[in-house]
Amino acid sequence: MSLAEAISLHVQDGDTVALEGFTHLIPFAAGQEIIRQKKKDLTAIRLTPDLIYDQMIGAGCIAKLIFSWGGNPGVGSLHRLRDALSNSWPRALEIEEHTHAGMTNRYVAGASGLPFSVLRGYDGTDLLSNTENIAQIKSPFGDEVLLAVAALNPDVTIIHAQQADRKNNVMSWGILGSSKEAVFAAKKVIITVEEIVDEFKPHHNSVIFPEKLITALAVSPRGAWPSYASGYYERDNEQYIAWDEVSKERESFNQWLEAEVFSKGEK
Amino acid sequence: MSSELKWNSTEMMTIAASRILQNEMICFVGIGIPSTAAILAKSMHAPELFLVYESGTVNTNPQKLPLSIGDGELANRALSVVGMPEIFNYWLQPGRIDMGFLGAAQIDKFANINTTIIGSDYKNPKVRLPGAGGAPEISGACKEVVVILKHSPRAFVEKIDFITSLGFGSGPGSRKAAGLIGGGPSAVITDLGVLKPDPESCELTLVQIHPGVTVEEVKENTSWDLKVASSVTVTGEPTQVELEKVRLLVASSRN
Repeated sequence: MSLAEAISLHVQDGDTVALEGFTHLIPFAAGQEIIRQKKKDLTAIRLTPDLIYDQMIGAGCIAKLIFSWGGNPGVGSLHRLRDALSNSWPRALEIEEHTHAGMTNRYVAGASGLPFSVLRGYDGTDLLSNTENIAQIKSPFGDEVLLAVAALNPDVTIIHAQQADRKNNVMSWGILGSSKEAVFAAKKVIITVEEIVDEFKPHHNSVIFPEKLITALAVSPRGAWPSYASGYYERDNEQYIAWDEVSKERESFNQWLEAEVFSKGEK
Repeated sequence: MSSELKWNSTEMMTIAASRILQNEMICFVGIGIPSTAAILAKSMHAPELFLVYESGTVNTNPQKLPLSIGDGELANRALSVVGMPEIFNYWLQPGRIDMGFLGAAQIDKFANINTTIIGSDYKNPKVRLPGAGGAPEISGACKEVVVILKHSPRAFVEKIDFITSLGFGSGPGSRKAAGLIGGGPSAVITDLGVLKPDPESCELTLVQIHPGVTVEEVKENTSWDLKVASSVTVTGEPTQVELEKVRLLVASSRN
């Protein structure tokens, strides 16, 4: 299936989507296809919104963001995210912010088919009184007070991986963040891969996503760029640094959007 | 500060932080100056320093400075790469990490830190900052936490705008009452000196200044009436080797 078909068929306006991948294997091509197809009113989940959600926010696809760290790593702020929060441009953006441990455990609950996970977290912070979907609970086995975080079950989780085989199983290796949990938590799963191979060769820390977990698979070479795909290409740090300037003003962002997303077809 | 020094204040801060790290510690590291300090320590006095990053890289040995928390450099040079549930639930939460390194936008006298918003209204802040990331649980569960940030009256404030990560709350007993298992901040390292919590009151106290810095200068850059230890020591000057290594590392982050 092409990426355009996968997005068109399986991402609907108003859906809750999770495009996961932690620094590594961020599904940029899929996110930009969502922009190209002008999907809207999405609730978007990611631990680190990163450039991909900054782009989708600036393009007006996202109504609500659920996240735990919203910056451009090692560079600075996400300007489109800030503009949406401060000035509702191009539309109002609602946020729900957590911690990495909280978000990870929300996926774990979703993947496990449970209503919540329990952790020791958010203690003593102002998040406790400002964030929805968390609750302090007393341990049933003692006096300790712990934190319950509600499950996340995205309508669609989208990830990028290195390889698929001829039977549509997927293999990924390197830093996976919370991708595995986001896949198991989702109602539908779209995976883009660098390439299809005849046979998987074992890799350090490799993970297999059996085809039974996958709703749609699309080949998308360099689909994680300017993030990276271990074994294929490195992170394009210059793009992350340049994004600071591109995204700073609405005009330069709109020019980028037109030139790099709307004028170009699926990569 | 004297213009004759052979280093800048960021280099001094980084080197002071690296010297705190001890061989064979398990250290939870963030990006930026904490990474530079940790990699420097590993190449100097602490070759067995065990570095864990929230991206899932366990016992990693980067040779250049990563720009982001999940760079290939960290994964390729790691003993293992694990998922985030394993990092946060199995490594951090039970108290396996000796030392966590954190940055901050604002800090108060009890080393509570803010990385969420500037302004009094959470829904409508003056400045939106990146948020919590891994910090609240790092601050909660590590045996000790070292905070690294530059000294300025805007950063060292009487009252922070949002408690993103709890230091000592409102004083002795706050951490226990909040249910935190870790020991809390043991030092705040800045470009001017080192503050440590008073053992009785938990209030941050100036105990060390960097070469060329005066106590007055530190007090001027702190918005509350900073307590000063009865004897303030002076940080040892950066060695030529430390300076060379720091400069190489900083230059390497964009290669």
